[in-house]
Amino acid sequence: MTETSKKTPAGTVRGPSRRQALKTLAVGGTAAATLPLWARYAGAQTGEPIRIGFAKHATGIGASYGRWYDRVSQAAVKKINAEGGVNGRPLELVTEDDGTDPKRCAELMEKFANQSKCDLAFGTLFSHVVIGAAPRAAELKLPYFVVSEGHHVASGMLNRWTLQPGITDVKSQVKAMAPFVHDTLGKKVTMIFPDYAFGYDHRDNFTAAIKALGGDVVAQIAIPPTETSFTKYFPKIPRETEVIYHVMIGPGVLTFVKEMGEFFGPSRPEIFGFIDSLEAVNLSSPGLEFLEGTYFWEGMPRYLQPDAPGYVKAYRDAVGLDANGASVTDANDVSTAAHMFGCWETLHVIKAGMEACNYSGIADRQALIEAVEQMSDMPAGPDHPQGAKRFNGKTHQVFGPQYISKVEGGKLSVVHTASIEDTLYPDEVDYTKMSF
Amino acid sequence: MSRRDLTLHLGLVAVLFLLHFILPAYHHGVLARIMVMAVYAIGYNIAFGYTGLLSLGHAMFFGAGLYGMGLAGLHYGVPAFPAFLIGTACGAALAFVVGLLALRTEGVSFMIVTLMFSQVAYLALLYFGAFTHGDDGFVVPDASRTLMGLSLSDEGTRYLVAWVLFSGALLGSLWLIRQPFGRVLIALRENEERARLLGYDTKRRKLAALVISGAVSAASGAAYAALFGYVGATFAGVQYSIFALLWVLLGGAGTVLGPFVGTLFMFYLIDLATGLTDAYMLIAGVALVGLTLFAPQGIVGELRRRFWKDLP
Repeated sequence: MTETSKKTPAGTVRGPSRRQALKTLAVGGTAAATLPLWARYAGAQTGEPIRIGFAKHATGIGASYGRWYDRVSQAAVKKINAEGGVNGRPLELVTEDDGTDPKRCAELMEKFANQSKCDLAFGTLFSHVVIGAAPRAAELKLPYFVVSEGHHVASGMLNRWTLQPGITDVKSQVKAMAPFVHDTLGKKVTMIFPDYAFGYDHRDNFTAAIKALGGDVVAQIAIPPTETSFTKYFPKIPRETEVIYHVMIGPGVLTFVKEMGEFFGPSRPEIFGFIDSLEAVNLSSPGLEFLEGTYFWEGMPRYLQPDAPGYVKAYRDAVGLDANGASVTDANDVSTAAHMFGCWETLHVIKAGMEACNYSGIADRQALIEAVEQMSDMPAGPDHPQGAKRFNGKTHQVFGPQYISKVEGGKLSVVHTASIEDTLYPDEVDYTKMSF
Repeated sequence: MSRRDLTLHLGLVAVLFLLHFILPAYHHGVLARIMVMAVYAIGYNIAFGYTGLLSLGHAMFFGAGLYGMGLAGLHYGVPAFPAFLIGTACGAALAFVVGLLALRTEGVSFMIVTLMFSQVAYLALLYFGAFTHGDDGFVVPDASRTLMGLSLSDEGTRYLVAWVLFSGALLGSLWLIRQPFGRVLIALRENEERARLLGYDTKRRKLAALVISGAVSAASGAAYAALFGYVGATFAGVQYSIFALLWVLLGGAGTVLGPFVGTLFMFYLIDLATGLTDAYMLIAGVALVGLTLFAPQGIVGELRRRFWKDLP
């Protein structure tokens, strides 16, 4: 005799006890309450985030860039995810500080590939950090999307796994400036630049470009990186100089500008500089008054221009920029506007590349590289707010418009836009012929 | 050398070899790099830990090895092993020249003079950028990263080469300090006047110690170039001189195992702290202050003080 038959009269159907009913309700209720979680988990089986290892200059000499690179990247990921992610999968940034140090950044490549299980690596401005990390990325077969503006990618120094599809390189930027300087400012140029590789890129490329136009560089003044006072260099500027081209960077730049102003007084030649000198620096800082009426290259305008398209405004709003190019929450927190757009555009290129190759996981890393190599023209718009782009799959380098702005009333106003054609130069490498 | 000393150090070497087969990919790669950098710390320890030469310029020796190897490969296509030897020889030669001049001073003056020489070397790398590629640095060609047909960019080969180099440096330093020459170095550290009074040519021995130290540091630099494929001026900057000092102090100056333990500890301290907070340098700083307060002789030094009096 079973226990049930012992307790249940023959011919009757035994209903659940109150305790059992409560238990069932509790289990059912819990299941119902957690249904969204289970549903989310079930969704995660097909919609797991695509993990992007972001090497950020959080400390070291590049920290001011890193702070803004981070903000822009976060904003771009938020936008992409709000629009449905990549093939229905959200992007997720795995951010690590590279200390603006090549050894640490190389270590991060290992961490992204082997520990964080990232799909790819992204970020980093300073050239030596990129060059130090790129060999490890290639060895790990980890796609490495850099936002560096260095010529190291297009020069052929790196490898097939490293691409720069979101920001133009310094060679194309410098080349595009020469026509404006020659035609508008003057034909006899004195260059003042830091005495290391970054400065040499400017020296070599601009000198060649201005000479090709019939102009001349009458003096090249290299200033050691340890210099703190610049007065002894200004007397070296030849009298015949019509334009001073400067590209000083680092903490001494304010002193440089102040001392240059004191040297020339009210009568000065035309002055053209790269905004790299003053990225993240408030133009209304004491001592910078001398810059009024001078010209700067900008990768993307810092100040909101009157004719800015809607997608530029949307980009600035998403990043949190006020009309002066500073943070909307802190007017003294000036952005690195001329470079940081590269993070936004690079992440959108990654999205487009992944969608093109129907990216499903790390097994498709090679397919992602090949898909990006196939890209060419990219129209200006929400994905490319800096302007239209042309990607060269052979050199892994993108080309785009360049802006020249004049300091007027303490603000930068765009006075000339160099076209993509002005920035092009012959290929120096064909990465597509390299093996993976 | 006691059997216990030998067992301990050979045991570490054996454990590191076994780890090659069991470590997950990330830690496998990390340990390879730590072993290479620990060789640099071992080199520094010979000068500072055993001879008492507080240098703030050892990055120039590391850089000499790095650039000696890398430039030989880049400009002249020298294969990996000869390029490694060239790099090591560059470090030894530089240490000899610097030693001849800097060892005319001692104490704080020696520290400042080595710092100045190191800055000269660093700025020379930038100045001759057309040849050295300046602050950008360069990627070592694949042809110079092949050893006996094996690519040094392969994870397994890289680990084993790093292990061979580290084992050689570790056991070599153990052997060195157990030799009469090594004991004289310790005597110089403890009381140079007395050593001189006993008839030792202290200047010559300090110079020899610095050359050995420079050569070992340069071997580490050359190995880094060959194994990780990048050469750059950052590695010759002052912070890399301070790193060596830090690793040795943390691990235990004047102990054979200290440089490895200090390098290992410092790497994982930073690496784990970055996973916890953006203010990871604060965690690292607090840990270092704590270690300085409670284990002023470093980790291995403290072990020696408490548990193993004759630990080398």
